[in-house]
Amino acid sequence: MIRKLTATVLTTLALSTGSVFAAGAGGHTEDVAFPFEGPFGTYDKLQLQRGLKVYTEVCAACHGLKYVPFRTLSDPGGPELPEDWVRAYAAQFEVPDDGEDAEPGDTRPAKLTDHFPESADPNAPDLSLMAKARAGFHGPEGTGINQLIKGIGGPEHIYSILTGYTGEEKEEAGTTFYENTAFPSGWISMPPPLFGEDVEFDDGAPNDLHSEARDLAAFLMWAAEPKMMARKKAGFVAVIMLVILSSLLYLTNKTLWMPVKKQAKEAAKKA
Amino acid sequence: MSGIPHDHYEPKTSFERWLDQRLPILRLLYDTIMIPTPKNLNWMWIWGIVLVFCLALQIVTGIVLAMHYTPHVDLAFASVEHIMRNVNAGYMLRYLHANGASLFFFAVYVHIFRGLYYGSYKSPREVTWIIGMLIYLAMMATAFMGYVLPWGQMSFWGATVITGLFGAIPWVGEALQTWLLGGPAVDNPTLNRFFSLHYLLPFVIAALVALHIWAFHTTGNSNPAGVEVRRSSKEEAKRDTLPFWPYFVIKDLFALAVVLLVFFAIVGFMPNYLGHPDNYIEANPLVTPAHIVPEWYFLPFYAILRAFTADVWVVQLANWITGGIINAKFFGVLAMFGSIIVMLLVPWLDTSRVRSGRYRPMFKWWFALLVFDFIVLTWAGAMPPEPPYSTIALIGAAYWFAYFLIILPLLGVIEKPLPQPGTIEEDFIAHYGGANDTPAE
Amino acid sequence: MSHAEDFDSDRRDFLYYATAGVGTVLTGAAIWPLIDQMNPSADVKALSSIRVPIDGVEVGTQLTVKWRGKPVFIRRRDQDDIERARKTKIEDLPDPLARNANLPPDAPATDENRTLDEKGEWLVEMGVCTHLGCVPLGGKSGDFGGWFCPCHGSHYDSAGRIRKGPAPENLPIPVATFIDENTIKLG
Repeated sequence: MIRKLTATVLTTLALSTGSVFAAGAGGHTEDVAFPFEGPFGTYDKLQLQRGLKVYTEVCAACHGLKYVPFRTLSDPGGPELPEDWVRAYAAQFEVPDDGEDAEPGDTRPAKLTDHFPESADPNAPDLSLMAKARAGFHGPEGTGINQLIKGIGGPEHIYSILTGYTGEEKEEAGTTFYENTAFPSGWISMPPPLFGEDVEFDDGAPNDLHSEARDLAAFLMWAAEPKMMARKKAGFVAVIMLVILSSLLYLTNKTLWMPVKKQAKEAAKKA
Repeated sequence: MSGIPHDHYEPKTSFERWLDQRLPILRLLYDTIMIPTPKNLNWMWIWGIVLVFCLALQIVTGIVLAMHYTPHVDLAFASVEHIMRNVNAGYMLRYLHANGASLFFFAVYVHIFRGLYYGSYKSPREVTWIIGMLIYLAMMATAFMGYVLPWGQMSFWGATVITGLFGAIPWVGEALQTWLLGGPAVDNPTLNRFFSLHYLLPFVIAALVALHIWAFHTTGNSNPAGVEVRRSSKEEAKRDTLPFWPYFVIKDLFALAVVLLVFFAIVGFMPNYLGHPDNYIEANPLVTPAHIVPEWYFLPFYAILRAFTADVWVVQLANWITGGIINAKFFGVLAMFGSIIVMLLVPWLDTSRVRSGRYRPMFKWWFALLVFDFIVLTWAGAMPPEPPYSTIALIGAAYWFAYFLIILPLLGVIEKPLPQPGTIEEDFIAHYGGANDTPAE
Repeated sequence: MSHAEDFDSDRRDFLYYATAGVGTVLTGAAIWPLIDQMNPSADVKALSSIRVPIDGVEVGTQLTVKWRGKPVFIRRRDQDDIERARKTKIEDLPDPLARNANLPPDAPATDENRTLDEKGEWLVEMGVCTHLGCVPLGGKSGDFGGWFCPCHGSHYDSAGRIRKGPAPENLPIPVATFIDENTIKLG
């Protein structure tokens, strides 16, 4: 009885406790197949490089990435860009000058060790953690099953927002809102950022709206969780080792209890 | 230490004799680790070890994280990102700590429900049970304050809502809330004191755990059959028990390895599944998230808190009797704390003399319903507070109280228990005497 | 004791040892990250090598930069500094070793072994007195036209070599190279 109950509790709790229920429903999220999904998925460095290009040429005009240091663009498992390239890339950005005789408000070109600048537009949220700060998939009915199957859906949500504009707009209290099928309320204040063919990719990859949105979403996932590869690897090693250890402990336990159980059997026969 | 007669520590070397006369620490360790343990313990008795492991894991990873964390409203969120991005294996330590809390609560809930089913709270183990409930309360306080530390949106708004509960207390509420927060709202003083207390409380828990273990080592473990170990002679006791080491240590370690297998799969492959996406947005006192939801392990009690709204007749009655002192808000707070207090009082609410639920045919079903109720409340706590969820939460909350305050006292009177085994040995033989090798239920 | 029982007990012992062994290894592996987290983090490591632009440094002036938590003096010496330093004989030096991390440890403390370029215009050295770690006052101070440590009165010459006072060694020269004529890389 108690064992059956435990099994029920286990499954139900596992299913019902996803981060799911809370984030408001509404807004349609497209399920995109990203190369970093699943237990063995890895980031595609060319895709991250393309995403970085979209970020640089489009998003960076308003949004920031203040928790991401430039140097990590060369880290293994990420975009893996050469250090000299990143040094030159960073120098395009101006960051607050922290030198000894700098006046407040002074800026200097960014160095490798600096972070990406903050959002230029105070209304534009920082994108460093956006891919983890949104849940694309919910429910059904607060059970969290969808997240268990499809993942939490942060990058999918970003992709769906970028591709979800219908072209309709309205004005409310002096602000223009754009209709977007992925946004929870249906109306978003960010004007459509991507239209397709906004950037030319160096590797000749397609630059239609959906490809750009997918590459950018992948890049933002990396920005939010740069250690995902290392984490999965550590998890994999831990699971393998624990399978071995628990098998050994199972056998040890069985061997240890064998005489005790044998005794019980003999006693039962006698009775 | 235990009342069960067993072999005691014999110093073997002259050094051991020398030490034993000055500090009998080896004697203490020996008697603790060799305690005679009922041999019929089943797989529900493994969660104690899992819980000890969780406490150790949380303390160790917590101390390490504190080396990199900054408890200041301007820096807390960024310092957590620093841990995630820069500190060696920092992402792992942080995910272990965050998911470790979930494992801790999962294990404690199974442990509590095991106690409720097998009547582990009944005489002479009331003190063990009460200390256990105190540990659970301290765990809730620790987890709540720990969740504030990353200073995300849910941290901030969770802290605002939960400390608001204290504000509902008549007359002193507002002063109490201000005292807790160190100001009119959740801010830097709150974050600082929560960090300090979050660091302190686990050591209080560790001390309570020592008392918990001391208490049940004095009375002896409870067991699935609910009958006591025979104590008239060492030989008799030996037929009911086996020493904790190695029999139960190895068994528990095997179970722990399996639990950790699942735990590390979650940490490695879906560490954010149990968290809330909003907590990756830095706290903003000017913008409230659409739905404020606590971490999953608080949801059942959160559901009870929200269930009693002003249109419920019990609330209206309480309001009328007390002349408005107990309003809906305060009633909700009382209900939430009450739902834990009734658990604390269960040793005296349960009138049945039979310990184990195995031999209580009616109790079994009411207990199963309580487990189901707990799951429903968990689910209802996560849903928005509107019909039909609010009605479901109200029914769930009502059953919770009914189980402890009405059903348990009545069952002891009207229920006809099944025959119990005479001894633990008998129960054990009944289980293993058969041809199959499956472990005891 | 029968043969079969011997075999069984061997097998059992092996199982116990294997379990204990794997358990120990796993515990050890789990402890390592707890120790490693105290090592310098990625942001600290990234600062172990920095690039310093030197195009703004005039002849006869000094740039002080913070590197690995300590001051580094980057001095562009004038002709007077160079001549005084090159005339000094090794025998007159309390510390005859160059203390230059770019050279073998036994290199003599000639001025050529101290400076970064052959002409001797650029001198890069740690701004930490070798006596008790104060920051010496710079440029043309002290009795030897170099640096003077105000804490206990150590005098360094224009090549950063100790000449008088309690300090035992010349100011150490860190690992440094020219990236191009306007940039020096430290570390």
